[in-house]
Amino acid sequence: MTIEAARETARGLDNDDQWGRARRAGGAARRVGLLGGLAIALLVAMVIAAGRGQLDVPPSEVLGSVLHRIGLDLGPLPHHPQGENTLWQVRFPRVVTAALAGAALATAGALMQGVFGNPLAEPGVVGVSSGAAVGAASVIVFGWTFAGTWSAAVAAFVAGLVTTLLVYVLSRDAGRTETVTLVLTGIALTAMTSAGLAFLMFLGDSQAREEIVFWTLGSLNGSRWEQVAVIAPLTAVGIAAALVLSRQLDLLALGDRAARHVGVDVERLRLTTIAVVALLTAAAVAFCGIIAFVGLVVPHLVRLVSGPGHRVLVPASALGGALLLVLADLWARTAIEYADLPIGMLTSLVGAPVFFWLLRRARRTSGGWA
Amino acid sequence: MTTLSARGVSMRLGGAQVLTAVDLAIEGGEVVALVGPNGAGKSTLLGALSGDLEPDAGEVTLDGRPLGARTARELARARAVLLQRQGLAFGFRVEEVVRMGRAPWYRTPAADDDDRLVTESMARADVTPLALRLYPTLSGGEQARVSFARTLAQAAPVLLLDEPTAALDIRHQEAVLAVARESAVRGVAVVVVLHDLALAAAYADRVCVLSAGTVAADGPPTRVLTDELLTRVYEHPVRVIEVEGSLVVLPVRSPIALGAEESTCAPS
Repeated sequence: MTIEAARETARGLDNDDQWGRARRAGGAARRVGLLGGLAIALLVAMVIAAGRGQLDVPPSEVLGSVLHRIGLDLGPLPHHPQGENTLWQVRFPRVVTAALAGAALATAGALMQGVFGNPLAEPGVVGVSSGAAVGAASVIVFGWTFAGTWSAAVAAFVAGLVTTLLVYVLSRDAGRTETVTLVLTGIALTAMTSAGLAFLMFLGDSQAREEIVFWTLGSLNGSRWEQVAVIAPLTAVGIAAALVLSRQLDLLALGDRAARHVGVDVERLRLTTIAVVALLTAAAVAFCGIIAFVGLVVPHLVRLVSGPGHRVLVPASALGGALLLVLADLWARTAIEYADLPIGMLTSLVGAPVFFWLLRRARRTSGGWA
Repeated sequence: MTTLSARGVSMRLGGAQVLTAVDLAIEGGEVVALVGPNGAGKSTLLGALSGDLEPDAGEVTLDGRPLGARTARELARARAVLLQRQGLAFGFRVEEVVRMGRAPWYRTPAADDDDRLVTESMARADVTPLALRLYPTLSGGEQARVSFARTLAQAAPVLLLDEPTAALDIRHQEAVLAVARESAVRGVAVVVVLHDLALAAAYADRVCVLSAGTVAADGPPTRVLTDELLTRVYEHPVRVIEVEGSLVVLPVRSPIALGAEESTCAPS
């Protein structure tokens, strides 16, 4: 190397170092801004959503009510005699359930896309939702009451996990799972569960049929604190696990072989991730029914801002999913007076066009997803 | 000193015997080129040397310990691999991709060197100007160089390169192999699969010629790359000539095939 060339290189290194530092600082600010912004938006949305409904409570009174409960005598209490009760027995459990389910579904989606290295993957791919639907429908049709009023939720949860496990076991061969095989196995098994669901609807009477239909459309109607007590720890554990896995999921983008070359135990990572996805999705689906597109669209939108790194993508998706579902549920119960629209219908109604736009955009900017 | 050695490695893939009792040892500080015709088993042998494929018979050891006895992470600290085809599922930036090479050293004292090694590796692979670009938007050759930078950043004592020059222009072909040589001078054991025999002759200490799953020859380029051996292995007449101290490998083009085109123009 000539002296001139060496100088050139040295200059390049210097420049790069400054660039790198500036970029990293910029990236950090962006990350904090994104996560902070989403967190604030979520809190604001939750306060507003809790106040809206047939009995309107202004946001200031919602805040006052919460502050009084945690021992701070700040802000006004709801002036309506039923306000306090409505908030704490109906609205808060529902809003919190929406936030938790949204966070769980979006986190599961981010994980799923990471583990498949495919931006089109969503939790439905491994059959969690369809399996859960069969579980819930069985309880509705056969009138099982092994767990009281929670029978449908328990059955949905268990069936969701079992279906995922089945997809995984069936697509595994000689200690390895190819992504495409896994996806196709998921499609095949989903077809079978759909047939099962159809058969159950055929067996059931018209009331059972109606219940199944509404379950598959998704609803947060009738959420209670007891449910929150179940969903909250499952979601918290799932998101914590997702954060732990996020560093390795970045490496999985290199492809299975190259990821192994940089030290990732790919098979174990995949198994763990799918287990976490099943847990998160089953927790959300068991109580809320099928809510589509949250897991698919939220991580995409977040990626536009944060880039593909999972250490930001995972927490930002959790917050974004929570925000989206709180707003969607607010819309579902206020759009038409005295009616509770199926939330799964609304998320699909909004999610599908957004997804369509994302597809077009990806095609324009980077030649599509192949 | 690092020693990567394959002893009696045999391998069947999809019912075909791809490797038969292959012996090969690579020491730290040397560049060994694996050459041979299509389907000779070069990539499979590299797969065995990298620990991706478990041999049906024989074993691959690194410093006396079988590769299979190591965890994925231990293996990643011991050897870096550049695959023939690279892909990336999401739009990471070039610098982030190179930094992925440092993953095996996460939470070890060596992680202190991350920034320095990432910068240095990008400079060595000549991808510094691309640092902020999105990997999927790069050309094939640029992607190959970024992946090369990633393997350099891994700072492993064994470097396995599967056709690193396939997508590169002449300048970068030479540059990549020069960097591989430089790594060898620093004590790294380098194995590189090449199709270009002249490149192999120029940059390798030893050339290992594979033919139908066995080692046909293994030694210094001048001794191994001969008319007779190459003609036999490639099943095509080949001449090796020396130009200004470098070996040039020329396939002999049949005068009939070349003449045929001319004859169409010639008046009959």
